[in-house]
Amino acid sequence: MLSAVDMSERVRSGENCEEILHEIYERIRSSELNCYITLNDKALDEAVQIDRREGGKSGCGKLLGVPVAVKDCISTRGIRTTCASRILNDYVPPFDATVVAALREEGAIIVGKTNMDEFCMGSTTETSYFGPTLNPHDTSRVPGGSSGGSAAAIAAGETIIALGSDTGGSIRCPAAFCGVVGLKPTYGLVSRYGLIAYANSLEQIGPMASSVRDVALLLDVISLKDRRDSTQVKLPPSDARTNFNADSVLGMSGDDAISSLKGLRIGVPAEFVHGISKDVERAFWSAIHALEDEGASYEEMHMDTMKYALAAYYIIAMSEASSNLARYDGLRYGLRLNRDDDWHTTFSRIRGEGFGEEVKRRIILGTFALSAGYYGRYYLKALKVRTLVKREFESAFRKYDVLATPTMPMTPFRLGERIKDPLSLYLVDVNTVPINLAGVPAISIPCALSPLPVGMQLIASHFEEEKLLKVALACENLMNAHFL
Amino acid sequence: MGDEKGVKIGLECHAQLLTKSKLFCGCSSDYRNAKPNTHVCPVCLGLPGALPVINMQALRYAIKVAIALQCEIQHKTLFYRKNYFYPDLPRGFQISQYDYPIGLNGKVSIEVGDGECGERIIRIKRVHLEEDPGKLIYPGTISTSKYVLVDYNRSGIPLVEIVTEPDLRTPREARIFLAKIRSILEYLGVFNGDLEGAMRVDANISLGGGERVEIKNISSLKGVERALSYEITRQRNMMRRGMKITQETRFYDEERGVTVAMRTKEFEQDYRYFPEPDLVEIRIDDSLIASLKAEIPEMPDEKMRRFISQYSLGSEHARALTEDIHIADFYEAVASEIDPQMSATWIADVLKGELNYRDMSMREAMKRISPNDMVRILRYLKAGEIAERAAVEVIREMLDHGGSPDEIIKRRGLARMSMEELKIAVSEVIHENNAAVADLKSGRKEALNFLVGQVMKKTGGRADPKEARKLLEERLL
Repeated sequence: MLSAVDMSERVRSGENCEEILHEIYERIRSSELNCYITLNDKALDEAVQIDRREGGKSGCGKLLGVPVAVKDCISTRGIRTTCASRILNDYVPPFDATVVAALREEGAIIVGKTNMDEFCMGSTTETSYFGPTLNPHDTSRVPGGSSGGSAAAIAAGETIIALGSDTGGSIRCPAAFCGVVGLKPTYGLVSRYGLIAYANSLEQIGPMASSVRDVALLLDVISLKDRRDSTQVKLPPSDARTNFNADSVLGMSGDDAISSLKGLRIGVPAEFVHGISKDVERAFWSAIHALEDEGASYEEMHMDTMKYALAAYYIIAMSEASSNLARYDGLRYGLRLNRDDDWHTTFSRIRGEGFGEEVKRRIILGTFALSAGYYGRYYLKALKVRTLVKREFESAFRKYDVLATPTMPMTPFRLGERIKDPLSLYLVDVNTVPINLAGVPAISIPCALSPLPVGMQLIASHFEEEKLLKVALACENLMNAHFL
Repeated sequence: MGDEKGVKIGLECHAQLLTKSKLFCGCSSDYRNAKPNTHVCPVCLGLPGALPVINMQALRYAIKVAIALQCEIQHKTLFYRKNYFYPDLPRGFQISQYDYPIGLNGKVSIEVGDGECGERIIRIKRVHLEEDPGKLIYPGTISTSKYVLVDYNRSGIPLVEIVTEPDLRTPREARIFLAKIRSILEYLGVFNGDLEGAMRVDANISLGGGERVEIKNISSLKGVERALSYEITRQRNMMRRGMKITQETRFYDEERGVTVAMRTKEFEQDYRYFPEPDLVEIRIDDSLIASLKAEIPEMPDEKMRRFISQYSLGSEHARALTEDIHIADFYEAVASEIDPQMSATWIADVLKGELNYRDMSMREAMKRISPNDMVRILRYLKAGEIAERAAVEVIREMLDHGGSPDEIIKRRGLARMSMEELKIAVSEVIHENNAAVADLKSGRKEALNFLVGQVMKKTGGRADPKEARKLLEERLL
């Protein structure tokens, strides 16, 4: 499959993009994976316009003609945006998320809106109102989540690149399970304007692709500086349009990347490798040793606060969610039932029927955690843990350039295997959630593809995306050699 | 109502700030008279994915308010979510402040009696910023309407909330306090109290150390006094009958002037406050505080003291002239042209009286009468060209219909008569009232009053009664 870097270059130099888009739609139509909730019915027209340089489409744009799938929690003007929930079944946003506007600006073509766990609440894409997405490597297994549609679409050739969002692993988990690359940017690097909130203080929109370079290119496009997001950090230089420039990553050859591994200090926190499955263990350590062979050094170390991270994460996420989801009352948009009663009855009924089980569970738990008398015991304590986790990462990065861990403690499990047991499902996020608490960037890249994909997670310090991507590029080149 | 022993009243006063745009989005805040739901955007409609951005002008205004109320300005301020379901609240929470408000521990002095000894200090607990919800519209009346309409034009208008300690002792003090707050906010230029619904108040009241009752939905100065008086009477009557006052929230029905039970303690809302994750902590540094302090104009109390010394006014006049910044400015413009004491009498007593009678604000009145008009009227009066009654007439007509003093004086013939005209009128009266003239000549002094009255009647009030009396005396005695 063509990369976004190559394809945009070809389209810029005059080649057509319509045909590739056709192929993609053919694949989607014949697919059983259920990657998409809604397709963009204007996509082919846009492709033709680009090919003919019509409709104000110029011959430039960093993603000119490149098909991009967008997770369905990211607002797209004129394209239904459901968050995989019945309550937003008919919701068509009147505005574009900043990242979507940036995609359009750079000439990308939105293929459609990808399936996900309802309101990003899940790690399997099974909580979607529109049915689960299947893992392209083994359709009896989950693709991971919550950005499962985006990851599966990339792996199955149903798009070239995709946007996901990551609150506690929602990009990295499906990237690992589907054998693709996914990056959770530093909190504050990418504008959240237009991202339908699950847990505002934890989540970021991030790029997903089949290669590190495509991830870098997409990150460059979406890290547009945006005054509408107060939590976005405006990195210097202040006159730059974006917070991240991919040029130095895109300009680096695979060999250069590998040779830059010399002297790289890698920390492997024992808490993240403890209790992982055999397949994951094997793939992870062989990747670490491959890095070591190229001159990197690694050290096993300890991060004591990690044992509290999962609990703190779920308290914060659910608390914020309980408030974020209060707006869905069916009054201004969203689900309407043909039975209007007094306001309380009507909105309670709409919420009762519009939200799925997992969403309701998290709203109730979050409401409880914020209630008078419990706030101090749960929410405030979770915030304290978060501060400690952040500090522990900061101190780790004084010693190590990057941290490496398995992204997921297991390979993709079967559909239905854990969905009835919420607690066991929450536990699969154990290696990804600490990163969101700390707000640092992390990338998942494949370190095995068979029998089932395994992802390795690389973590860097705040705003060190460039360093992270270069190390990932080196790993990718080493792994590709291994896979072959 | 006089002093109430053991009555404790605290107020939460919400005032709309006069910013051009809303608190968290760029929508125009000039929403009155606009078609419903036309001043809205994804942010103030709470559409999924839209994010708030703080309006720095609103923040500066709120800091100014806190400074003027002598609060300690906090160097770090945060927004919180106040979670509750209501159709006028598009996100299911209101962005407000909780811990880390803008100002803490302020105070306001109010004048509750005559003279200096009537000064009371009311402590201000906190000053913070929050957003206004939308507005519910009940077709017909609140009790008969079958459905409710929601207008989100008001959603997101910046409100400054001023919370007092329970230092007020009577409903009257509460009204005086609110009038003072209104005065201060208008002095700062951040508020227009003339706008409908621009200030809304919740009151907390307890009697004799008993349970606290909260009264919501008070929207006027008169309302606060009536609501609290009603509540005191209601609680007294309950206690007299041996019933216990329980902690509850009541709703003030302005039309009927009564408070109605809303919810009891067990059903109190748990607002689940937590820091708004879409906004960042705001640092208010000393240089910002200093520059805002420098922008704070002379406040009512200072202006009053200056009026007393600069224009040699009595404290009553000085207070009356400085309560409202627009009246104070009007007065100073007039007093710079003509006798300050005379100006004070005519503005504080006459003009203000006429405004009160009409329930008209000075801001409104200034569209009809300018300081220049007032100077003209007073000049004519001083020069004897019009009588006092005529001057009052001119002011009244200007307030009711506008126009210029000269035109009104001319059209309505209010100019004082010439001596020639007066002499003719006096002669006519003498000829027409032989009996009274005879009485006067025979020593019955009261006949003179009668004759003066006849001259006034004949001249339609335009004659100067003193002049008329003098002429009659000259001719008849």
